[in-house]
Amino acid sequence: METIPVEHGFILAGILFCLGLIGVLTRRNVVFVLMSLEIMLNASGLAFIVAAARWGHAEGQVMFLMILTLAAAEVAVGLGLIIQMFRRFQTVDINVLSDMKG
Amino acid sequence: MTLLFYLAGAIAIIATFAVIVQTNIVHALLYLILSLLAVAVIFYVLGAPFAAVLEAIVYAGAILVLFLFVIMMLNLGQHTRDQEKGWLTGRVFLAPGVMSALLLGQLLNVLSQVDQDMAVTRVGVMEVSALLFGPYVLAVELASILLLAGLVSAYHLAKR
Repeated sequence: METIPVEHGFILAGILFCLGLIGVLTRRNVVFVLMSLEIMLNASGLAFIVAAARWGHAEGQVMFLMILTLAAAEVAVGLGLIIQMFRRFQTVDINVLSDMKG
Repeated sequence: MTLLFYLAGAIAIIATFAVIVQTNIVHALLYLILSLLAVAVIFYVLGAPFAAVLEAIVYAGAILVLFLFVIMMLNLGQHTRDQEKGWLTGRVFLAPGVMSALLLGQLLNVLSQVDQDMAVTRVGVMEVSALLFGPYVLAVELASILLLAGLVSAYHLAKR
């Protein structure tokens, strides 16, 4: 049986998470921000799968399933908000939301 | 299998990097699909075929198609692409890049003390389902309620 060093899996998850974080912090287009959030959620799911593979348990996969559900619900609500924002402001620039009132 | 892990990992990192520096939104979406499929391959290599299949179906299939529908509805066009090019200078990447690099450095520092090999054991659908409908059945029910709440709120928000 071949083995993979467990820290390489965690490092991969960490790199993907940090790339998603850079995306969230730099982009001003709100669709890109939501995509970067997806990358971050996916990276945390990868960390759970790596941990599940390390101990040979199925619990990590159950947790991944919960993250998947969370991501699906989050994307549905987020995209609904983006549609509403585009209707109101005719732009996807996230900075227009900083001067909303009330 | 070990080679496949590193290959898929490299593809995932490169595709994710391409997502965050892309100005054309549809191209970014396609790179994101590539990245998610690479992660699905990694799941398969790590002995989680059920998670790999779900990643391909739910993430790369359903969620990104939802993104595509919304991008088609918004119909952003050339103006947004030019705006995006104006925003995305090298300068804006500086501070977030440094902060994320610091975070990653700390993570690497912690992980460098871990030195264990994982012998890949295949955990199939059967074991996962036995857990899902055994001790974690309440979590599954709560997840379904979360999805219902997401459905209702998405309908309400996207309504005129």
